[in-house]
Amino acid sequence: MGRPGLAVVDGNGCGFVGKLMRRALLIAVPYVWLLALFLIPFFIVLKISLSDVELAIPPYTPTLDLSQGWAGITDFFSQLDFENFVWLTEDDLYWKAYLSSVKIALIATVLTLLVGYPMAYGMARAPAEWRPTLMMLVILPFWTSFLIRVYAWMGILSNEGYLNQILLWLGIISTPLTILNTNTAVYIGIVYTYLPFMILPIYSSLERMDESLIEAAEDLGCSRLKAFWLVTIPLSRPGIIAGCFLVMIPVIGEFVIPSLLGGSSTLMIGKVLWEEFFSNRDWPVASAVAVVLLLILVIPIVLFQRNQQKQTEAEQ
Amino acid sequence: MNRLSWFNAVSLTLGFAFLYIPMVILIIFSFNESKLVTVWAGFSTKWYGELAQNEAFLNAAWVTIRVAVFSSTLATVLGTAAAYVLVRGGRFFGRTLFSGMIYAPLVMPEVITGLSLLLLFIGIGLDRGILTIVLAHTTFSMCFVSVVVSSRLVTFDKSLEEAALDLGCSPAQAFRLVTLPIIAPAVISGWLLAFTLSLDDLVIASFTSGPSATTLPIKIFSAVRLGVSPEINALSTIMIAVVTVGVITASLVTKRAMVRQKQDELAAARTE
Repeated sequence: MGRPGLAVVDGNGCGFVGKLMRRALLIAVPYVWLLALFLIPFFIVLKISLSDVELAIPPYTPTLDLSQGWAGITDFFSQLDFENFVWLTEDDLYWKAYLSSVKIALIATVLTLLVGYPMAYGMARAPAEWRPTLMMLVILPFWTSFLIRVYAWMGILSNEGYLNQILLWLGIISTPLTILNTNTAVYIGIVYTYLPFMILPIYSSLERMDESLIEAAEDLGCSRLKAFWLVTIPLSRPGIIAGCFLVMIPVIGEFVIPSLLGGSSTLMIGKVLWEEFFSNRDWPVASAVAVVLLLILVIPIVLFQRNQQKQTEAEQ
Repeated sequence: MNRLSWFNAVSLTLGFAFLYIPMVILIIFSFNESKLVTVWAGFSTKWYGELAQNEAFLNAAWVTIRVAVFSSTLATVLGTAAAYVLVRGGRFFGRTLFSGMIYAPLVMPEVITGLSLLLLFIGIGLDRGILTIVLAHTTFSMCFVSVVVSSRLVTFDKSLEEAALDLGCSPAQAFRLVTLPIIAPAVISGWLLAFTLSLDDLVIASFTSGPSATTLPIKIFSAVRLGVSPEINALSTIMIAVVTVGVITASLVTKRAMVRQKQDELAAARTE
């Protein structure tokens, strides 16, 4: 900051107090916005998850009636219960959906890493003048509509789709493969749409790496593979961690991919929540599903945030 | 190493083929004469003609563009302020919570964000329509803007700001005359990111929109649920074309700005 003596006589003449007020305002506006539209809504979800479903508008009870004063508030709290959460444990649909979402997300993250790492590595080792172009080629699909990229696979994977046509024509298969509306299609869709999120952080950590370290390792008698395993992989670890979180966390709650590419056997919690809300109109159960999903995600989200903060501080 | 090893060449070729072939197929088949999307029946642009007459799609596109313009502009202002506070704000009460609220929406499943915002809007009695979608989109995209802008702010030399303050600029002037021009490329790419995120969003818009405001992704989703259609292929091709032109233009513009900035810095160094 500037010298205090000068700040007092700055152009606007509002001095030190004005400066403090401006700082407070600059902090307050985005802060209050996020509190009101990000944090408070979660408490509303929590509250409704403890309510009962009702055929009314809004379709749940109790609603907080402040006009009745204290009695209204105590009445409101006495009516809350954990029924919806008990319901989630009794109907095994929900448990299976949570478990299968986590399983699909873990497998898909590993697959995305396996596809993304060699690409990020190839980009980081490409001639320097190619890199901006390669980077743009990775980013371009990321800017293109997610929905359209998922949709593109529907035409490829269906029974009469392009993939089956090619395989039949080549004589590799004699009857069309059923891929669309299975978990395989869901994995393909996830790897395809989330690939840039994996490549970019890994690429940025690989690009910063000093290549003479590899030469040093090789000079000291490491084989290429061993040097890669002992030097390159550990140095790109922050990128790998960031990429895996960026893929895994949103995939657990993914809705579009399982509903367009998955079948009736594909159980994912994002889809269950959507159907509870839009088809069954059971807002309290949908909210309870969201609360449990959030509890599952708290640990990875906190870890991700730590990782990001550590990296920002390391750069500063 | 200045040459690509064959392993790297193969992995890049296969990887980019995987990324681009589905979109190329989509584009080719949008010019297909036949209604049956998987059978090629000759070149035709008739699906584009039908699209141009589809009132519902055009209305939805107009709603989507208005929402995207408003929400991305608002998100850029809020997100830049948030980035400035995070990088330059020092310690203040609730800083951890603040940075948590900036990073969490980046990975928060959309179904949760959508549901919670909808319940908020109903709780405070706000009618669902364009306004509620704008509020929802602003909230999650300001976090993306803030991440993009703060990554530029951390690498930027703070002494330039201090010099301006020492030379008698007010903090507002220092921000406008020194900081803003330097972080401008990041602010612009933040706006573009917020704009595309808003154009693209299906889940949050489905929760927060009312019957009066249907966005394009909502329309596309309800159409593709029934299967692949040539009209959607045509619409997708237009969207891919717009994005491609936009991204290439944006990258050329930022590249030129960076070259100019380097020249300015060199010139400044020489006159010293």
